Amino acid sequence: MDFETIIGLEIHAELSTKSKMFCGCSTVFGGEPNTKTCPVCLGHPGTLPVANRKAIEYAILLGLALNCEIAERSIFHRKNYFYPDMPKNYQISQYDIPLSRNGFLEIDMGEYKRRVGIIRVHLEEDTGKSIHVGESGRIHGAERSLEDFNRAGIPLVEIVTEPDLRSPEEARNFMMELRAVLEYLGISDCKMEEGSLRCDANISVGVGGSRGTKVEIKNMNSFRALQRALSFEEKRQRDVLLKGGIVTQETRHWDEAAGITHALRTKEEAFDYRYFPEPDLVPIEPDPPWVEELRRSLPEMPAERLRRFISEYGLPKDIAKVLVYDKKLGNFYEETVRKGENPIEIAKWVAGDLAGLLNEASIDADLSPVRPGGVSELVHLVESGVISGRMAKDVLKEAFESGESPRQIVSRKGLSQIADSNEILAIVKQVIKENPQAVSDYLDGKEQALKYLMGQVMKLTRGKANPKMASEMLVEALKMRE
Amino acid sequence: MELTEKDALTLSKLISKREVSSKEVVDAYLNRIEKVEPVIHAFINLSAELARKQALEIDEKLSRGEEAGRYAGVPIAIKDVLSTKSFHTTCASRMLENFIPIYDATAVRKVFNAGCVMIGKANMDEFAMGSSTENSYFGVTRNPWDTNRVPGGSSGGSAAAVAAREAPWALGSDTGGSIRQPAALCGIVGLKPTYGLVSRYGLVAFASSLDQVGPMTLNVKDCAALLGLIAGHDPLDSTSIPRTPDEYLSGLTGDVRGLKAGVVKEISGEGIDPDVLSCFYKGIGALEECGVHVEEVTLPSFEYALSAYYIIAPAEASSNLARFDGIRYGFRTECDCADIWEMYDRTRSEGFGGEVKRRIMLGTYALSAGYYEAYYAQAQKIRTLIIRDYNRAWDKFDVLLSPTSPTTAFKIGEKIDDPLTMYLSDICTIPVNLAGIPAISVPCGFSKGLPVGFQIMGPPLEEARILNVAYALEQSLNLDMRPPV
Repeated sequence: MDFETIIGLEIHAELSTKSKMFCGCSTVFGGEPNTKTCPVCLGHPGTLPVANRKAIEYAILLGLALNCEIAERSIFHRKNYFYPDMPKNYQISQYDIPLSRNGFLEIDMGEYKRRVGIIRVHLEEDTGKSIHVGESGRIHGAERSLEDFNRAGIPLVEIVTEPDLRSPEEARNFMMELRAVLEYLGISDCKMEEGSLRCDANISVGVGGSRGTKVEIKNMNSFRALQRALSFEEKRQRDVLLKGGIVTQETRHWDEAAGITHALRTKEEAFDYRYFPEPDLVPIEPDPPWVEELRRSLPEMPAERLRRFISEYGLPKDIAKVLVYDKKLGNFYEETVRKGENPIEIAKWVAGDLAGLLNEASIDADLSPVRPGGVSELVHLVESGVISGRMAKDVLKEAFESGESPRQIVSRKGLSQIADSNEILAIVKQVIKENPQAVSDYLDGKEQALKYLMGQVMKLTRGKANPKMASEMLVEALKMRE
Repeated sequence: MELTEKDALTLSKLISKREVSSKEVVDAYLNRIEKVEPVIHAFINLSAELARKQALEIDEKLSRGEEAGRYAGVPIAIKDVLSTKSFHTTCASRMLENFIPIYDATAVRKVFNAGCVMIGKANMDEFAMGSSTENSYFGVTRNPWDTNRVPGGSSGGSAAAVAAREAPWALGSDTGGSIRQPAALCGIVGLKPTYGLVSRYGLVAFASSLDQVGPMTLNVKDCAALLGLIAGHDPLDSTSIPRTPDEYLSGLTGDVRGLKAGVVKEISGEGIDPDVLSCFYKGIGALEECGVHVEEVTLPSFEYALSAYYIIAPAEASSNLARFDGIRYGFRTECDCADIWEMYDRTRSEGFGGEVKRRIMLGTYALSAGYYEAYYAQAQKIRTLIIRDYNRAWDKFDVLLSPTSPTTAFKIGEKIDDPLTMYLSDICTIPVNLAGIPAISVPCGFSKGLPVGFQIMGPPLEEARILNVAYALEQSLNLDMRPPV
């Protein structure tokens, strides 16, 4: 059968404003439960919301970055439903007149690009957090539930895409691209594991050109989970169709541990949110000059930076991507480049070993113990032949752990490599003499024998020989044996 | 003359000149309350202790020559729908019977900052839903003019307290007539300000786009003074108007010569008790003698005002009252529930009274998928039409006039089982809330011994104008508004 998978995403990102969406409480993550609360975000009788201007500014910035139209007038609506983590039992959100709409974001799938339509970007408030005590871990069947309202009222942007995505991989790529946009704008922490970036998906599998039935997937808490859940669901729906079955329109929950989705509620059980205009708030009517000012203030976006890294520094795309899709790593890279060494060599070190060390230690690049100056120094040491690439790896690791500069480590350990041609030549001759079998293998055309001989040279010099010189001398010496 | 027979401004002067102490004034009112409250039941909770303490503090300040506030030492009754820090705020509901807020409403803070002494929290219809104060979980308030009759509502406690001289003035709230109608039925003055003139912060919401806090007083001067105290922009209320309020008190000249007034035909004829009408026209006559030109005006969309109101107000209420769920504060069912949904159901079934539940259901229905367009959206259109009718009228008239209530105070129990008849009590006052304009009710005489109220409506933010017209009428009629109680 000829299947077509269609995916649309609904993403929520917490905005990193200092105070909440409608009151003055702090938005800092964590803390004792219910300490970052006030009568307003606890929904006490008589309290009223006042919209946070910074949150509006952030949402407009995102709308502009996603090529949306910014509404001259948009309004808040109340979304009514009962849930214990929602203090007012309605969420202040936006409905049919959102802050911005009709945008797009392009994703690069390597062999092709896809422009993904953005239906809308709107503002709303976050709910509190529930912990359900009991076997089910859910509100149904809970013995009791605990509520923490620290998160209640934190500003959220909701981003809804057109159903333009055609595979779980595209969905994942879209999320990565969007995360980078949020990061570049500096408006969200984008931490999926802390819940500051969340994603629901609608997925349908159609047969023979006709649209399939839409199923909503919730609870995907990482990029990996998003792709896994959608792949599972894609296969599940295909299997249903292959068996001649019908896919039910429903909401399904991704179970990360079990690696499956299961049904939460069907369309018939869907909530009626009874949206109506929020009478406690006035419309958002951003001044056109202000919006223009924000448009001019937009920073370089990740896609632009990727193009620039490739054209300006001559980087291969895969390395450039590693640097660009981690804004802080990209900044670290550019800071290092400004110190004057070869940009391609720097890129290899920053996107390679350093990124690996940072990742392992869960440290952001801006807090790296090895500073851009250190990486620049390291590249200089390698480029000028003082140490080999192999040695540099260890030096970087040690610098990362101790905070010592690469130059200090090299001089303290006497690590400079042998670049004296006579000394190397003597060792090359010794190796040739001691390994007649390998030499004759090489002369018979077995290329890997050269690697073995080279290894012997490095062994005898304890890795200090300048590998380029040693390799050239070895080949030269072998040639003379022919 | 008894201290409790004086108006608030007179008391304020006496206290500030130290001719009487705040303690003497407060004690006089507490004695009066002790005497009449068993019959009237204007209060849900009295704050006698607090009031005495506050009065002593003010007296001390005054004796040291310190600034104690603009109306220092003057008692005030506060409708129990306004949040008072550390003091019970029940909204006349079982749901909040034991609820003690952690903050003061902005209007409350302003009267406290002016040195006013809170004497108690006044009775009302539950969550301000009703026109008789019969919907209070804590029992009915009786009209000081005839204790078999209701004081009107929903600010019936505030109106009765002022009329019975249990407090010289009071704060009320008005969503569809809840200040003006009880003011009319109890023979006092009550003003519903322009939407946004007085902060709603701390006013427990009934219908957010209609609610306003306002003054309820013995006379127009007190009304102007109390309005001046509570009016003004509040950054905590996004719908509050960023503008410095007018000088209401100093604007009371009584000179209304040359003003043009329109009598609104739709709410000044059919459906109005003939005795009320004849009383209203005596008021018209008095204004004409003061030099006001009076004409009849027709505002055709008023016909639909009541219907629109009973969609919009319950719709907003259904959402506003959703927070009373037994989770964070207030009443929670005693029952051992199977799950949270049963807890919600039982808490709300047991915690809310009949009228509140009726309106929550009405509102929930009106906002439901498939009905929104037919009800809520239509009602909003009517609202727009009413605003247009008013705007057309302002081209020609400075103020508009009507009776405040179609009847005088009715008997307790007379309408309580017939909600539609009860809803008609607000027929004259509701269009004002839908348009967000200011209106005042001032006594214009009696029908069979019961007070009749005269409503003066003005364009947005023209409180000074309607107060001056009310003042002229009051001075010209010079009625004795002392009830028999």
